[in-house]
Order: sequence, then C-alpha cells, then structure tokens
Amino acid sequence: MNPNDYLSAALLITGAVFFLAGTLGLLRFPDVYTRLHALTKADNVGLGLMVVGLAVQAESWSVVGKLLLIWWLVLIAGASVAHLIASGALQRGIRMWKP
Amino acid sequence: MTLLTWIFDSLLGLSLLWLAWRALACPNLFKAIVLFVAFGLLMALAWVRLAAPDVALAEAAIGAGLTGALLMAALAKLHPTEAHNDFAVPPEKNVTKVWSWQWLPAITILLVTTGLGYVVLSLPPYATGLSTEVAANLEISGASNPVTAVLLNFRGYDTLLEIVVLLLALLGVWSLNSADLDHKAAPGIVLDTLARLLTPIFILVAAYLLWVGAHAPGGAFQAGAVLGAAGVLLLLAGWRPRTGLMALPLRLVLVIGPAIFVIVAMLTLLIAGQMLEYPPTQAGALILILETAATVSIGVTLAALFLGGDPRKNNRNKNHT
Repeated sequence: MNPNDYLSAALLITGAVFFLAGTLGLLRFPDVYTRLHALTKADNVGLGLMVVGLAVQAESWSVVGKLLLIWWLVLIAGASVAHLIASGALQRGIRMWKP
Repeated sequence: MTLLTWIFDSLLGLSLLWLAWRALACPNLFKAIVLFVAFGLLMALAWVRLAAPDVALAEAAIGAGLTGALLMAALAKLHPTEAHNDFAVPPEKNVTKVWSWQWLPAITILLVTTGLGYVVLSLPPYATGLSTEVAANLEISGASNPVTAVLLNFRGYDTLLEIVVLLLALLGVWSLNSADLDHKAAPGIVLDTLARLLTPIFILVAAYLLWVGAHAPGGAFQAGAVLGAAGVLLLLAGWRPRTGLMALPLRLVLVIGPAIFVIVAMLTLLIAGQMLEYPPTQAGALILILETAATVSIGVTLAALFLGGDPRKNNRNKNHT
C-alpha cells in the first residue's frame, strides 16, 4: 500500500462513519424533522468524504469531474427533497418534537 | 476478499427477498411503493455485482425511478377507500374463508418453483452461451458495446417490439382517463428552482448516455428514462406544455421512434432481404439514428404516462362546457 491508499482508506472509513451516524439518526430520532436533519447532514458529508477518497484513486481528471458531479447532484437533490418533505410535513400539521 | 464479497452478496440477496416480500405483504400501499423503489435500487446493485452495468442502469432509472413515480401518481388518483393492498394478510374474520381457496395456487406455485429450481440446477455450471458468436460478429455490428450490438443489430426485432409495447401502454392509459392540463403554480420556489436547474443537466446526461451506448454501458432506454425523469420533474413543478403542442406534435414525437424503426426494418427487408440486417458499413450510423429517435420517443412516452391521461380529451371537455 502506498500513501495514496492510506489516504483514501482513511477518507472512505470516515465517510462510512458519517453514513452510520446518519442511519442511526434516521432510525432513532424522535420525529420527521430531526430524522431529515440527521439523514441529509450526515449523508452529504459522508458522500463527500467517499467521493474525495475515490478521487484520490482516480486514473484521470475526467473521472474526478464525474465523481464531483455526482456529489453536487446528490447535495442539490438531497437538500431540495429534505426541504420538500419538511414543508409537506409542516403543512399536514405534524408538530415538532419537544424534549 | 472473497469472503467479504460472499457475505455482501448473501446480504444483498436476502435483503432483496425480504424487501420483495414486504412490498407485497405491506397493507399500506404508500409503504409498499417505497419498499418497491428500495427493491429496485438494490436490484440495480445486484446487476452490478453480476457484471451487467447496462441492465443495472435500466433497472435504476426505469425499475426504481420512473416506475416508482408512476405508482405514486396512480396512488394519488386512487380513492381512499380503494387504496388498500389486497394481497396483504386479510383481517382475522376472513382468514378461514380465504385460506380454503389459497392452498390451490400455493401448490401450483410450489410445483412451478420446484420445476424451475430443477431446471436451473441441471444447467451446466459454465456455459459461454452466444457470447463467442457476438464477439466474433461485433466488428460488423456497428457498435463496440456488445449489449448495444445485440439490442440494436442482432436482436433489433426485440427492441422494436419493446418500444411498441411502451406506446401501447400509453394508448391504454389514454383510453382510460383525460389529462389535467391546467397550469399549476409551482409548489414552492425550491422545487421550481430544482426543476429549472436539473432539466438541462438531464438532457445533457441523456445525450451522453445515448452517445456512449455505442462503446460502453448506456443506450436508448437508459437515455430515454433520463429524459422521461426530466419530464416528470417538470410536471411535478407545475409545468404543462402548451395545448397546441399536445395534439399533433406530441403524437408525432411519440411515434417517431417506432416509425423510424419500422421504416428501417422494411427498407432492410426490401434491400437485403432480411429484416433489420444492416449493411456493415452503414450499421453504426443506422444504429445511432434508430437510438436517437427511440430515445426521444421513450422519454416523451414515459413523461406522458406520468401525466396519466389523454391530453386531447381535456380540450374537448372544455370546449363543450
């Protein structure tokens, strides 16, 4: 293993930890708003770390570009869909959880 | 590594079976659709594991994405009293009555499953199938991606029929319902912005998939699905095409794919004496023309399916009232 491999392994594992935290939040948080928060926040950073980890291994710059494009599309789609779900839930009168 | 991939594949297979069962047995139809979409995404992953990226792309785009959207649109149109899953476990009081009828199909399914299992187990463990013949004739096919060569050249007949099936499905939907063509305000600035931002990218990705299909995974169905997704997103954001476009222009776009396919099939039948037998020198160009027309037709057909109804009936009703 050369230094690049260690770097991408570290990035991928950190990304996986974010995904794990996001999934845990999705399953364990009390209401739809907090679950969305856990899901989108963690997945955006987790996927970003995975993309960077894979980009380190990429053979050409065009592959790096495609990976970054995937991340950008997921960021846009994730943020927009989270907003739509949250505003839909508000319209239906789902109350926010209070501790 | 082999142990890791073995564990991964086993988990994937078990998750697929579990999701399929949950999607069928879930009494809540909304949940069932979400489970079906999840099943489609994992199925795409399974195709990737089987080294079939073309099928994986089609499964993710059509099987999970567009079918999910179509099912959701259908669910929204169902009356709340009808929107329950008849396949799910019936309420307690009906159990005995239904059960007396259920053993017959259960035995039939068991017999079919046993037969299929026997056939699969009696297959030779390693068979090349037709892959050597495809590889031998790849050079004259006009495409260096073997999947495209099979779909558009060696078995072009199948693809022609598949595109016609899609058109027939749309005709069925049109005969049942009329479309709602009133312009709607976008439900919020976020969806509006998202649709405006993503539509050009969807068109670009569709063109890329179409072009790359000649030598790598991609092709008309995947590109058409991406175009259809752009249409679905625009329709969700409240966009409706002008009524003038919904009469003849829409119908022309819907049939251009099948029509060009049929014309090429007839010309090749007349000239070469064999349906869809392209001359090797022009095969590449012919495949590109066929795929471009098919992509446009598939994309518009899928979006029209999501609109769910004959757009012209709506006009007629309006004129009467």
